[in-house]
Amino acid sequence: MRRNENILKMLDWWTIGLYLVLIFIGWCTIYAACYDYDNAEIFNFSANHGKQIIWISTALILGAIILTIDSKFYSNIAYLFYVLMIILLIATIFLATDTKGSHSWLNFGAFKIQPAEFAKYATCLCLSAFLSKSQIDLRRNKDLMLAMGIILLPALIIIAQSETGSALVFFSFFILLFREGMNGMILILGVFAIVFFILVLRYNNLPDAVVGVDVPELLGFILVFAIAVITALIFLRIYTKDKTCMLTFLGINIGIYAVGIILANFIPAVKTWYFAALSIGVSIIFLFIWGMVMHRQTYLLISAFLMFSIALSGSADYAFNKILAPHQQIRIKIVLGLEDDPQGAGYNVRQSQIAIGSGGLTGKGYLNGTQTKLNYVPEQDTDFIFCTIAEEWGFIGSTLFIIIYATLMLRLIFLAERQRSAFSRIYGYGILCIFLFHFFINLGMVTGITPVIGIPLPLISYGGSSLWGFTLLLFTFIRLDANRMEVLQAR
Amino acid sequence: MNQYRRKHQDSHARQIIIVLVVLLCALIFITRLFFLQVLNDSYKDNADSNAFLKKTIYPARGLIYDRNNNLIVSNQPVYDVMLIMREMVDFDTLGFCNTLNITKAEFDDRIKDIKNKRKNPGYSRYTPQVFMSQISTSSYGLLQEKMFRFPGVLTQQRVLRKYSMPHGAHALGNVGEVSQKQIDEDSYYVRGDYKGQSGVEKTYENELRGEKGVEILLRDVHGRIKGKYMDGAKDINPVSGKNLTMGLDMELQRYGELLMNGKMGSIVAIEPSTGEILALVSSPSYDPALLVGRERSANYARLLKDKKRPLFDRPVMAQYPPGSTFKLVQALIFQEEGIINANTAFPCKRGYYYTKTRKMGCHEHKSPLDLAGSIQHSCNAYYGYALRDFLDLNLDKYGSTDNAYNVWRNYVMSMGFGLPLGIDFPNEKGGTIYKSTTYDKIYGKNRWKSSTIISTSIGQGEILATPIQIANLAALIANKGYFYTPHIIKKIEGGEIDEKYRTKHVVDIKEKHFDVVQYGMELAVKKGTARFGQIDSLVFCGKTGTAQNPHGEDHSIFMGFAPKENPQIAIAVYVENSGFGATWAVPIASLMIEKYLHGSISAKRLHIEKRMMESVIEPKAKESEKK
Repeated sequence: MRRNENILKMLDWWTIGLYLVLIFIGWCTIYAACYDYDNAEIFNFSANHGKQIIWISTALILGAIILTIDSKFYSNIAYLFYVLMIILLIATIFLATDTKGSHSWLNFGAFKIQPAEFAKYATCLCLSAFLSKSQIDLRRNKDLMLAMGIILLPALIIIAQSETGSALVFFSFFILLFREGMNGMILILGVFAIVFFILVLRYNNLPDAVVGVDVPELLGFILVFAIAVITALIFLRIYTKDKTCMLTFLGINIGIYAVGIILANFIPAVKTWYFAALSIGVSIIFLFIWGMVMHRQTYLLISAFLMFSIALSGSADYAFNKILAPHQQIRIKIVLGLEDDPQGAGYNVRQSQIAIGSGGLTGKGYLNGTQTKLNYVPEQDTDFIFCTIAEEWGFIGSTLFIIIYATLMLRLIFLAERQRSAFSRIYGYGILCIFLFHFFINLGMVTGITPVIGIPLPLISYGGSSLWGFTLLLFTFIRLDANRMEVLQAR
Repeated sequence: MNQYRRKHQDSHARQIIIVLVVLLCALIFITRLFFLQVLNDSYKDNADSNAFLKKTIYPARGLIYDRNNNLIVSNQPVYDVMLIMREMVDFDTLGFCNTLNITKAEFDDRIKDIKNKRKNPGYSRYTPQVFMSQISTSSYGLLQEKMFRFPGVLTQQRVLRKYSMPHGAHALGNVGEVSQKQIDEDSYYVRGDYKGQSGVEKTYENELRGEKGVEILLRDVHGRIKGKYMDGAKDINPVSGKNLTMGLDMELQRYGELLMNGKMGSIVAIEPSTGEILALVSSPSYDPALLVGRERSANYARLLKDKKRPLFDRPVMAQYPPGSTFKLVQALIFQEEGIINANTAFPCKRGYYYTKTRKMGCHEHKSPLDLAGSIQHSCNAYYGYALRDFLDLNLDKYGSTDNAYNVWRNYVMSMGFGLPLGIDFPNEKGGTIYKSTTYDKIYGKNRWKSSTIISTSIGQGEILATPIQIANLAALIANKGYFYTPHIIKKIEGGEIDEKYRTKHVVDIKEKHFDVVQYGMELAVKKGTARFGQIDSLVFCGKTGTAQNPHGEDHSIFMGFAPKENPQIAIAVYVENSGFGATWAVPIASLMIEKYLHGSISAKRLHIEKRMMESVIEPKAKESEKK
């Protein structure tokens, strides 16, 4: 009995408050997005804003139920839940009907459920259980591989369901791994991989329309190789502090580039990229020999980094053309400015930017947005819901919204860090990763800085599965947090 | 312990990095939004052109009344039948065709055309497409009854001009779709707008058209209308056009057109005291309703091809030598300049010999004649002598023939010749009065004199004038020395007519000189050239004329005013190719005068009316030119 009295006091009302504020904003925005000039009835359960009232009510009940469950329950069922979820995910591939090419929805009469939405939850719990074991240390490769396995297994199955967008969410757990001790270099290499990928795609195939001045052939490679060599130099500075090596390295590369630029200017047949390739090639050999001579692995690793850069940039085009589906390719091309198709694939992005941009500083006022209400923005109450906020509340309102959202995420970090139990802390970071990824990708696609990946804005977008899923994630953490004083959660 | 602390520090650093990542994300988006929403204005325009359909609300065009407040030109609604393809489910095609009186094949063709992206670039399944334009009110009524059977059909109202009688086409003018050139000239117009293209409709376009209104509608992504923006708060209401009252007497106009039936020519009648045009007949004429609606362009093309040139606005555009009517101008000028007076007489030996052997011919009449007599009998010789006296025999007064001619020309110009009068009518021509320098160019300086230009003395030769200029001359004589620029407008609703139509133009000739001229004109009607035009119990003045026509039979002219005291109507009648003025122009003018002043034609003159209305004069070439 005492525990139940206590739990209300122990609940983090800040998080609950932010949660309620966000779903309220969400409902108001859905109402605005579906607002029909002829039909403004609030309790119209055939319209999405009416249905969302049902989803919100049930989500609140769900949250309340979660809060009554003993916090040990979650750590106890974590593995079982994960295994069951994997089985369900695999089954879904075969059971699901084809919905716009994806096999991820299960129909139960009038209801539709997307197991992938709950796979995040299961994976998050499983990771927490696994990483919170005292013998696990992510600095060890074997443990790191296992942890990555837990993350990638459901992701791969979901890719097989043709729900690439949902699968990408799982990669956000690498931030969690980083917090729990994974070598940060992995994340840095990941960032390099993405940057190199973009540079090669963007600058190797500049369409004529984009090119204003004469650019060297294969500019993407030149940029990647130059950045890689400069990065290698920085690594040398940080990890070896070997001045002789650095100066030699620098001298060789400056020499090659100097000769290259002069020759390329006088002899048209000589391309600049020859020398960029020569520079990185010589650097690899130089570092390799230096490492062998000095008997130091660091040089070899830096040399390997350079090789990784060449391999990555060399395979970028291949990966882009062979691995990605055509609709994904075009979305990436549009965000990189390589393709302009305002009527076709670029339509969503263009219209959402018009809607957002037309909001101006102060917005058009609640229910006065024209672009969203007149259906110019597609998916206006689900994935593109932020457009309605930005159009009606303007820069001031949308900035405030972003601040509220960021506050929730910072609050999650704060809560996670105050946990005494590793399970709770890791779980907390897990849901932070999920929220952050959704937030970044969703706002990124509507504002045109990431490719269009159809994932909802948590707690705001219309939809029962999504709202339930995020309520489940968040309230489980609130429940765990309420027990933070009980040290012996798992470890 | 040390190890624990180091691990703790490491965790703390990683926590900070993650916090920074979250903050960085937020900052990226805030910056991005700042660029999109605050720094870039173009999105707003894009959004507006997306969402706002600015629908023009057309004002009712002003109505046109005649001087007796009869409604002459009004507006009639017609309806375009529109289809929204997407909504045409369970469509009763056969019933629809029957209602509109078209065949199934025509229906199919039309649908094909609508869907043809090349012919109809704006095609969309979601928006109304014009299926049939300008159906009549009766077809509209039929359609409206059965509308429920035709989902996706709607009608759009348009307003066309409606004429209460099939007369006055030239004066009233017509309204037509604006051309690209007109759009370029005046940004008020957009494609598909209507604008007055001739006559009163053109001159008073700005008054008649009113001001267009704008209704801002919200349009969704499919082009469907979703209501009014801000409940119409930003809409602009249209302002109706002003109603006009014309000086035209439509009954007189109609009568004039009937009299001119089968003949080519003009009738211009003016109220001398105001300059208001009472009738402006151009024959052949046409029903103004022909140039309205669906058949407009076909009818226009047909009228354009007609050899009798019905579209040619003769009263203001046709330039003829004024013939003998111009003798009145001469009589006034020569008196004022002291060349002749009421008692001056010249002999006439069936003409005037301006050299030993060359003669300007004249017809048989008694001789010599005084001034009034010269007008009564239209003696050519009289004016030959007078012009000679003026130009050649007064060199001590004027210094040279050139100077004398210029004095003369100034008088003529002041009476409204040589330049357009400036009536409120498009395309007015000005006629011709040569400058002395023009003669210098032709004949050489000081190498010409009265005998060189002798035919101008009787209104032939180089002189050209339009019928309205001659009518204006009649008004000027009726007023004994002044005129108002002729104009068709009488009243503009809520406004004043142009200052220039209220300004008296006074000619520098003494009133007493007009008395003699009027007397001569009175005699011409009583027992002179115009005696066929006599009206019982009415004293009026007139002068016949014959315009020489190099292409065919001469044109018959009459000008005059009535009654002599307190004149109510000044008139000029031209009947082309009809020979001597007395035969056709005189009776027509006199019937017009009687009709206007008495309201009806006396019984004993009805046979003249009948003859005038029924006779047909085909243009025929002169015998000599026929070959």
